[in-house]
Amino acid sequence: MPLSAPLRVGFDYTRSLGPVLGHFMTELRARRVVGVRGSDGRVHVPPVEYDPVTAAPLSEFVEVAAEGTVVTWSWMPKPLAGQPFDRPFAWAMVRLDGADTPLLHAVDVADPSAMSIGMRVRIRWAADPIGGITDIACFEPATNPLPTTYPQFAEPSTTPTRPSPQPAGADRLARGRPPGEGGGRAGDVTMVTTPIHLDVVHSVSPEESKYLRALAHGKLLGQRCPKCHKVYIPPRGACPVDGVPTTDEVELPDVGTVTTFCVVNVPFLGQRIKPPYVAAYVLLDGADIAFLHLVLGCAADEVRMGMRVRAVWKPAEDWGTTLENIDHFAPTGEPDAPYETYEGHL
Amino acid sequence: MKQPAAVLGVGQTHHRAKRLDVSMAGLCREAIDRAMADANVDWDGIDAVVVGKAPDLFEGVMMPELFLADALGAVGKPLLRVHTAGSVGGSTANVAVSLIHSGVHRRVLAVAFEKQSESNAMWALSIAPPFSMPVGAGAGGYFAPHVRSYIRRSGAPEHIGSLVAVKDRHNGARNPYAHLRQPDITLESVRASTMLWDPIRYDETCPSSDGACAIVLGDSSAAHRDSAWIQATAMRTEPTTFAGRDQVNPRAGREAAHALWREAGITDPLQEIDAAEIYVPFSWFEPMWLENLGFAAVGQGWKLTESGATAMDGQLPVNASGGVLSSNPIGASGMLRFAEAALQVMGRAGDHQVDGVRRALGHAYGGGSQYFSMWVVGSEKP
Amino acid sequence: MAVVGFAQAPHVRATEGTTNGVEMLVPVFAELFAETGLTKEDIGFWCSGSSDYLAARAFSFIAAVDAIGAYPPINESHVEMDGAWALYEAWLKIRTGEVDTALVYGFGKSSAGDLRRTLALQLDPYTVAPLWPDSVSIAAMQARLGIDAGLWSERAMAEVAARAHGGDAVDLLGEPYIADPLRRHDCAPITDGASAVILASGERARELRERPAWITGIEHRIDSGSLGARDLTTSPSTAASARAADVDGVEAAELHAPFTHQEILLRQAIGLGDDVSVNPSGGPLTGNPMFAAGLSRIGEAARLLFDGLHGRVLAHATSGPALQQNLVCVMEAR
Repeated sequence: MPLSAPLRVGFDYTRSLGPVLGHFMTELRARRVVGVRGSDGRVHVPPVEYDPVTAAPLSEFVEVAAEGTVVTWSWMPKPLAGQPFDRPFAWAMVRLDGADTPLLHAVDVADPSAMSIGMRVRIRWAADPIGGITDIACFEPATNPLPTTYPQFAEPSTTPTRPSPQPAGADRLARGRPPGEGGGRAGDVTMVTTPIHLDVVHSVSPEESKYLRALAHGKLLGQRCPKCHKVYIPPRGACPVDGVPTTDEVELPDVGTVTTFCVVNVPFLGQRIKPPYVAAYVLLDGADIAFLHLVLGCAADEVRMGMRVRAVWKPAEDWGTTLENIDHFAPTGEPDAPYETYEGHL
Repeated sequence: MKQPAAVLGVGQTHHRAKRLDVSMAGLCREAIDRAMADANVDWDGIDAVVVGKAPDLFEGVMMPELFLADALGAVGKPLLRVHTAGSVGGSTANVAVSLIHSGVHRRVLAVAFEKQSESNAMWALSIAPPFSMPVGAGAGGYFAPHVRSYIRRSGAPEHIGSLVAVKDRHNGARNPYAHLRQPDITLESVRASTMLWDPIRYDETCPSSDGACAIVLGDSSAAHRDSAWIQATAMRTEPTTFAGRDQVNPRAGREAAHALWREAGITDPLQEIDAAEIYVPFSWFEPMWLENLGFAAVGQGWKLTESGATAMDGQLPVNASGGVLSSNPIGASGMLRFAEAALQVMGRAGDHQVDGVRRALGHAYGGGSQYFSMWVVGSEKP
Repeated sequence: MAVVGFAQAPHVRATEGTTNGVEMLVPVFAELFAETGLTKEDIGFWCSGSSDYLAARAFSFIAAVDAIGAYPPINESHVEMDGAWALYEAWLKIRTGEVDTALVYGFGKSSAGDLRRTLALQLDPYTVAPLWPDSVSIAAMQARLGIDAGLWSERAMAEVAARAHGGDAVDLLGEPYIADPLRRHDCAPITDGASAVILASGERARELRERPAWITGIEHRIDSGSLGARDLTTSPSTAASARAADVDGVEAAELHAPFTHQEILLRQAIGLGDDVSVNPSGGPLTGNPMFAAGLSRIGEAARLLFDGLHGRVLAHATSGPALQQNLVCVMEAR
């Protein structure tokens, strides 16, 4: 059974909006909805920047109502991460009064029997609008009683755009932006931040799994391609030259030669080794391909092409199915390998 | 059988670290609107759209051409989305050419973009999967060891990389669209800049840019008198790693160049190419690619650079636009090379125009120096 | 130009393999070469379709070329689309006269992540995707629009499912909804897979197969990226592609409809009569490997010609939310 492990890939994306979407988000923050009139006269809500028929840039904004009609809907019994509710709700496309195209959002009802095409719904605003589509918390049936006041806005339909609360990036934009950057009037919403976090299962090939399981026992296990007979470490699901899986196992020593390397001085988001560090290609004796690892045990400027190095293993009790069992490679003190011995691996 | 194809017009954005004044759609349209005006065509004249960009993780949108269809004027038309890593801008142009060469379409819009400020490229390119050793450090960390290998193999003196950086930044200062415009940069200031990924210095590294590029291509009936004709295209791929792989002078690049020169009828590229736009994200790649492309013998590329032959007034001006070292919206960087080559042939490069360009090379590479795409454009119809 | 070979990996809910598709592709390529007698050196152009987001990794397609054994270097390209569009690019390449054969492949390991959620990232990133509307919910809203308009019914949808899976439509209607108005049988299963096709120009095609599947028309179009601006009860891009590709006289059709109502919608958009056999392979409802399923439709339709079962067939591929982008390929025996 090949090895697998969870991998979480996530970033909070910072999206600049441009004039059309920026105006839409700025108005949302003030609890108003604006659409844009298309080349064919249709009012698009949310506004589109370019006309779906003529591709012309659009700029004629039209304010529409916070109430509208359900055009279609579906029921979400088990919401997924990031969706508007963590309890069952309806998705719906809602045509707001004054708009010609429907908006996709959630409707907060307890049961699908409360939903129907043609039903009247209205926006339930988020308590703390920031200038984003989630300022619309959801829709609710228009038959629900209206809330008497919103927490911060006594008269939502007439409150002018106000600078607070600021979305991420807005204050930075307002001050001294360089030419070509930033946009919109001071205080307008110009950016949205969208977290996107995905959980995936990362699997490795059966061949690499054997190598990783051997690593857990402190062994370096390569495999030979049955066609070209080159020794690969890690072994491969397909020899990149021959397109067939590597097969015959070859145990390799933990000694080898630095073919080439760089010194990483640059820090970056997500970095797991503190710079500066030497990232070096290490060609193990008996292998036909080098892999990238760390070289420590001497000053960075003493690392050389051709330097002979040996693995420095972590304590055995810390070993797992990973190349990280080797903490780093350190100089053996032997004379450097002649250039000809690794020239073909550069 | 093969229908001749020509560049009718090109357009690009003002490239910046963060183009916070536009959305992704607005960024693309800035380039597209310029290209269509340059080509003097309207939307009715565009038969198909080809889009290219590098990894979707950069913007956090899966296949963004889907939501961008309206902005790209693609609704009701064929749309293709190309992704061949860093070479994608060039590949996108080449795929668009094949739409014309095949006789299927008369006019095609090719667009490439990257809005790197939506996330962080170092993050996206350094995600360490489980079980691996987390030594990766972005593109610079990947390419720096191979630059070291080049220096060892060729015996190039250490200042060559800095020479390229000075040349390209000076060129970029003449290009109104360039992200970095540094007319005052000097050899001394480059050599004094921080070593990021030794042997690559800060000033020898491309910036991270938001930007887009667009090219309108057409067949013989759509071509204008001053269009740049596609005289050859080539694409080649090889695996990222394999036993004995030459990472300094990859065979895929050599074979792509060989096929390109043959199709263009070129036997001595140094003599027959008047300007070259070569994908040089780290300055040392200029001499490396000069050899790979056959402009210089193996181990001799740095001598061409050192001699000044690749400067604006040299025998083979390389990256008169300032190149990737001056602007790097990754997905668009390859198409910018192709577009700038066409601009030189059309004589529309403005302050960075090289005199008398009849034939120019556009070049892009990607992945671990394993994806190559190239074109030769010229004033003569093939 | 003709399709002369087709192979695909078994449709499974989850493979143990990597997201780079190598374990699925190696045997698929071997099968294709055995079927056609070609070797990798005979292939003039390679083109693939896959998605970085399915693997949640930048450049996920790069490792896939290891499955080819891509050295000496190959003439190759990649689309971030279903393999059906990679086939279109390869079709162009052969038309230019530069090459006379092409191998096209698509692959995807949907099981690595949460597919319904990942596909939300195809929606407008400013006004829609931040709500994470999943692909099944979007399809369910489309289904209800058609039901309300009288274009199809839950009963008709169940009949599509019954034909694909066997079983009785009335019994299926007794099953609970998973996204009202969709029941489990209305939705394609999440599937890992890969498929590959070999294309060859005229003379080469006749050498390689007795009954090649000659491509007489291949067209694709895209609709608006704004869900609200589209009429979701039909597919203008499919209809336009079908008109341009000339679908008259087709006897069978492989439709890339991941939801039962979409099969009905596509039949209506293309204008297929009741006499046209739809998805004789079982179609996407029995296996829907993302980024390969569209290419598989072309392969499955071609196989109907290889085997002499039909004289003129149609294949369809889709991409994007609620059938946004569509391709139609018409093939015939000669």
